[in-house]
Amino acid sequence: MKPWTVASPRRAAAAAVVHALLALLAAAFALPALWLVAAFDSEAASRARLPRAPTLDNFATVATPDTLFVPLANSLWMCGGAALVTVAASVLAAYPLSRFQLRFGRPFLYTVLFATGLPVTAIMVPVYSLFSRVGMVDSRWGVMLFLAAAGMPFGIWLTKSFLDGIPVELEEAAWADGASARQSLLRVVVPLALPGLSVVGVFTLVLAWGNFFVPFVLLQTPERLPAAVRIYTFFGQYGSMDYGPLAAYSVLYTLPVVLLYAAVARLLGGGFSLGGAMKG
Amino acid sequence: MGEGAQGRPGGARAARGARSRGAGRHPLLPSPAARVAPIAPAAALLLAFFAAPVVWTLWASFTDAALTGPGAARTEFVGLANFERLATDPAVLNATVLTAVFLIGSGIVGQTVLGMLLALLMQGRSPWVRSAVGGIVVGAWVLPEVVAGFVWAAFLEREGTLNRVLDALGAPQQSWLTTVPILAVVLANAWKGTAFSMMAYSAALSEVPGELKDAARVDGAGTAAVVRHVVLPLLRRTVAATLLLVTLQTVQVFTLIYVMTAGGPAGRSTTLPLLMYTEALRMGDIAYGTTVALALLAVAGLFSAVYLRTLRPEEVR
Repeated sequence: MKPWTVASPRRAAAAAVVHALLALLAAAFALPALWLVAAFDSEAASRARLPRAPTLDNFATVATPDTLFVPLANSLWMCGGAALVTVAASVLAAYPLSRFQLRFGRPFLYTVLFATGLPVTAIMVPVYSLFSRVGMVDSRWGVMLFLAAAGMPFGIWLTKSFLDGIPVELEEAAWADGASARQSLLRVVVPLALPGLSVVGVFTLVLAWGNFFVPFVLLQTPERLPAAVRIYTFFGQYGSMDYGPLAAYSVLYTLPVVLLYAAVARLLGGGFSLGGAMKG
Repeated sequence: MGEGAQGRPGGARAARGARSRGAGRHPLLPSPAARVAPIAPAAALLLAFFAAPVVWTLWASFTDAALTGPGAARTEFVGLANFERLATDPAVLNATVLTAVFLIGSGIVGQTVLGMLLALLMQGRSPWVRSAVGGIVVGAWVLPEVVAGFVWAAFLEREGTLNRVLDALGAPQQSWLTTVPILAVVLANAWKGTAFSMMAYSAALSEVPGELKDAARVDGAGTAAVVRHVVLPLLRRTVAATLLLVTLQTVQVFTLIYVMTAGGPAGRSTTLPLLMYTEALRMGDIAYGTTVALALLAVAGLFSAVYLRTLRPEEVR
């Protein structure tokens, strides 16, 4: 919308109404999350309120290897591994799809796009059965590879649109100098696509980090659980909740993804919106 | 995602043109077989973890596969028994209705209306306002699902913040998670998902040419009329694509509901994913749980196909 050069009272009134509505909506959205301040409250309850005597005791309570550090390490290895595998496999697959006229290129892309829509939840029962047949239940490798595969359709699609944006002329110059396709991929395309690839990586990591159902179904041993499941088994399964430590755990578990998300949003320069990344 | 329909401007087309010029001209370019080889790792992962389970789903739904008992020792072909049970099971009917309520309430009414409203209101506002409001809404979206579940469980608790606010306003309080569990999870999911629709619509709105709106205004149209007759028609494709993605996302929500109500009380918030989980992995009846999953897949596949059709014309052009 263009800035209005001539200010009119009606327009000012409309702006005031819009701002009031936005403030109301923002308040409504913020309200449920206010409870997270319970993390700093020694007498925390389900009700949000300012702590009378702010404390870090709740963080100390959950910061044990068994409750926090091992699950976070598990999350990091499964989700970080999944992100790396997704990025590597996506760039390999997206390169020929972007650069060559492949006979089955378009059907493949449509299949991939179709797979983006498949509800991962719905295939978890068959995945569990398949995993139990090949002895991969309760394996962190299995979860990592599955999370990588789950990130793949979107990863390929996004990576291809990033590669499409890199002019072929740059590669042709490299080819003219005698570079092979592999060399021009590694030396020309990947460096140029790095911001895009990091978006794919962070996106996969953030989605995997928040994924509860996949490790919940596929893992059993408590020491192998990621933070997403550990927080549930620790707090959720027994009636009354211990609100202070729960909020503290929530903060510690959420913080890494929020920071990563903010970093990517900044990288894309689109303010708050990752939506920009999907425009290709 | 949704904007895939909208965007993909010059870049893709330029590359396509250049590709036909470049490909095959240079002797160092790889042979056809070598060109497709790099796709292999991605294809292998997708086949092993996506295609195989889907095929297995089709097979298992005709058997009595189970975690324990006779079906576990020797899985037998049982024909359409699972489907007959599916068609007559009151729990399935209940879950299907609840899934529809959940989808329409949180996905279509909640996320889409709220997301569009936010996008329209934020259009042309100062960057400060946009990032403050947008930051809060996106914050809910970035929150991991388990945490969102706990946050909302605490919020709606008998002693929770919502009842406290209602009390201050003089409105009646109630134990939301037990009296209206499906409304509770609908609200929580709308809260969590609105940001996605908002971002999609914001991006699409910023691409509506200002001249069109100016022209309508010159012709005497008010703000509401401009939105209704100029902006919304231009956004039709984005809305369709976003709605479909939201639908696919919403029908498969498990974690949020599981953490908040675990499907209860008495199955009053058991949607299809929760029913599938209970039947297959709690009761151990893999075959029947898989059949429920198949119903879910069929719905999702249908929507996915429609989504593809929505995208296609742009791609082909």
